[in-house]
Amino acid sequence: MNIIKNRKIYYTISLGIIIIGLIMWIINGLNYGIDFTGGTSIQIKIGQVISVDEAREIVDNYDKEASILHIGTNKDEIMIRSKKDFTSQEINEIVDKFQEKYNIKDKEFQSEKFGPFMGKEIRRKALLSSLIAVVAMLIYISWRFELKFAIAAIIALMHDVLITFSIYAIFKIPVNSAFIAAILTILGYSINDTIVIFDRIREEMKLNPRTNAEDIVNISIKKSLTRTINTSLTTLVAVVLLYIIGVEDVKILALPLIFGIISGTYSSLFIASPLWYEMKN
Amino acid sequence: MNMKKTLLFILIIAIVSFAGYTAINGIEIKGKKITKIQDSIDLGLDLAGGVYVVLEAQTDLQGEELQKAMEQSKMIINQRVDGLGVSEPNIAIEGNKRIRIELAGVEEPQEAIEMIGKTAQLQFIDSKGNEVISGKNIKSSETVFYRTDFGEKPVVSLEFDKEGALAFKEATERAMKEPNDVDKIIYIVLDDEIISAPIVRNVISDGKAMIEGEFELEEANRLATLIRAGALPVDMVELQTSVIGPTLGLEALERSIKAGGIATLIIFLFMLIYYRIPGLVADIGLAIYILIVLYAMKFLGVKLTLPGIAGLILSIGMAVDANVLIFERIKEELRNGKSIRASIDHGFKRALTSVLDSNITTLIAGIVLYYFGIGPIKGFGVTLILGIIASMITSVFITKHLLKLTVDMTNTKNTKLYGA
Repeated sequence: MNIIKNRKIYYTISLGIIIIGLIMWIINGLNYGIDFTGGTSIQIKIGQVISVDEAREIVDNYDKEASILHIGTNKDEIMIRSKKDFTSQEINEIVDKFQEKYNIKDKEFQSEKFGPFMGKEIRRKALLSSLIAVVAMLIYISWRFELKFAIAAIIALMHDVLITFSIYAIFKIPVNSAFIAAILTILGYSINDTIVIFDRIREEMKLNPRTNAEDIVNISIKKSLTRTINTSLTTLVAVVLLYIIGVEDVKILALPLIFGIISGTYSSLFIASPLWYEMKN
Repeated sequence: MNMKKTLLFILIIAIVSFAGYTAINGIEIKGKKITKIQDSIDLGLDLAGGVYVVLEAQTDLQGEELQKAMEQSKMIINQRVDGLGVSEPNIAIEGNKRIRIELAGVEEPQEAIEMIGKTAQLQFIDSKGNEVISGKNIKSSETVFYRTDFGEKPVVSLEFDKEGALAFKEATERAMKEPNDVDKIIYIVLDDEIISAPIVRNVISDGKAMIEGEFELEEANRLATLIRAGALPVDMVELQTSVIGPTLGLEALERSIKAGGIATLIIFLFMLIYYRIPGLVADIGLAIYILIVLYAMKFLGVKLTLPGIAGLILSIGMAVDANVLIFERIKEELRNGKSIRASIDHGFKRALTSVLDSNITTLIAGIVLYYFGIGPIKGFGVTLILGIIASMITSVFITKHLLKLTVDMTNTKNTKLYGA
């Protein structure tokens, strides 16, 4: 396995995904969730499967543009999302109408409402905290390793974030505040993965000071490969199960994590170390 | 076989299993009860069900004045919430001009939200449009039953302070002098909405008044509470509200636990099959790790939220990492022909720097998330931090000693048992 020799192929694959993502992003924009755009979401347990048209009869009185989705394991719950800011009274009316029409005994619903400025603020805070985290990690890695490692690790991180964003842009998956929590976790996970390989490179350099950088990187990756695969697999098992079994709110958190972990593993192996090699020469 | 060491190893497994059983099912010995961990960790609103509102003050006030207005608003909202009979409400000022209100187990969530955010500016206005009395002059307000020809109905009875009583007396005197009934009306207005328009029939000098209307008892109670608590000094708008039904929250919790359980089981089996004896040791370590994290959450009073659960399950996956790192190193040493004992020592030593460096970098991310994050991001940060610390403790200390114990126990030279 010669990762350094084939590094251009790996860069191309990543750049390809990111460029497609960016183009889709520019053309379509990101599909922001209501916690970013402002709006209302109502989730009602109906207890039977009803058609979207039936639900529309009630919802159209409030917002004709609202999206209606079936959720829950038995598809007996519906989720109404509107970009409009419903008053508490309107939410109550909608829920009451469903309750009446379908004879629902227990008033079982969930609603969320976000003012238009909330999303902006969440985005700003998330960006700010990621920047602070990145700077702090940069300092730590430079101190423990050297600046070149730190820069390579941070570029690999940005790669993972960009890949995750691209996949969201390409498949038009809604971006909301859970997505931000996930992106932040990906930061943590991916850096963890990269550092383990860098640690190996650092060690191999000490043990074989005369070996050239290309061989050092290849040997280090090869030696830590089993670990990289095993760790990624166990973490993926946990996250994929969360996605399959979890409720709607957990799914939207688990999905970006799945992409992030795959991308994080890929970037540790095929992006971070070659980048370090690039800078070393 | 070394009997003493074997017994010790079995004892450790027994203790961990017992602790695990206690955590999952709870236990009762001689009247002393340890509840199961699931019931003793506080649940966040997204799991327990409830209402969550963020209000923002619409004001140009700055500095100390703003702070004072916010403190006052918080107190008033507190009183309103008391009137709703909610146990353990959580009301906090956030940033400069925001108030976050979390109420668990409210029966009529939408009504509660409406009531909390109302400015509740009460005014008595005469037929000429002059404000006679405002909410400030009200000493007490409560719901009473008023007997009418059609039976009893709930009304809100008010009592004015001295100044208010005098003003009300004068206003009723003026109203009595008007010839037409229309001009004898004193409008009772709440936030620019007329809630009652009684016609004055006689001069009222005892400082008492009554708000009549087509109220249900609950509505009357709410109105009385609103008036009693007084008006908010600034207008508030709802920035964000969520209402979570209690069974939907429960479903989320149960399914997350299920996902976590299955994931843990798969990881346990994987470790056991792939790494054999070290795998068994890692599984014991993982069980201890999960117990440490759960009990740490309990004692630190960390509320378990959905993102928190996700963070927790993710951290189990990552906790395996430290073990995998160490075991791979041990395998390498074994392949280089070292003895099992020497391989374990060397493996741990050489894996230590990467375990520390990788975990500390992730820890930095977790701490930043906790400090600068809001809402769900914070919850995620807490579990991530707890997870990383617990994972370092178990993998670096506990797993190491257990692994050495297994070597002392069997005195085996069979490196295959250690994954070589």
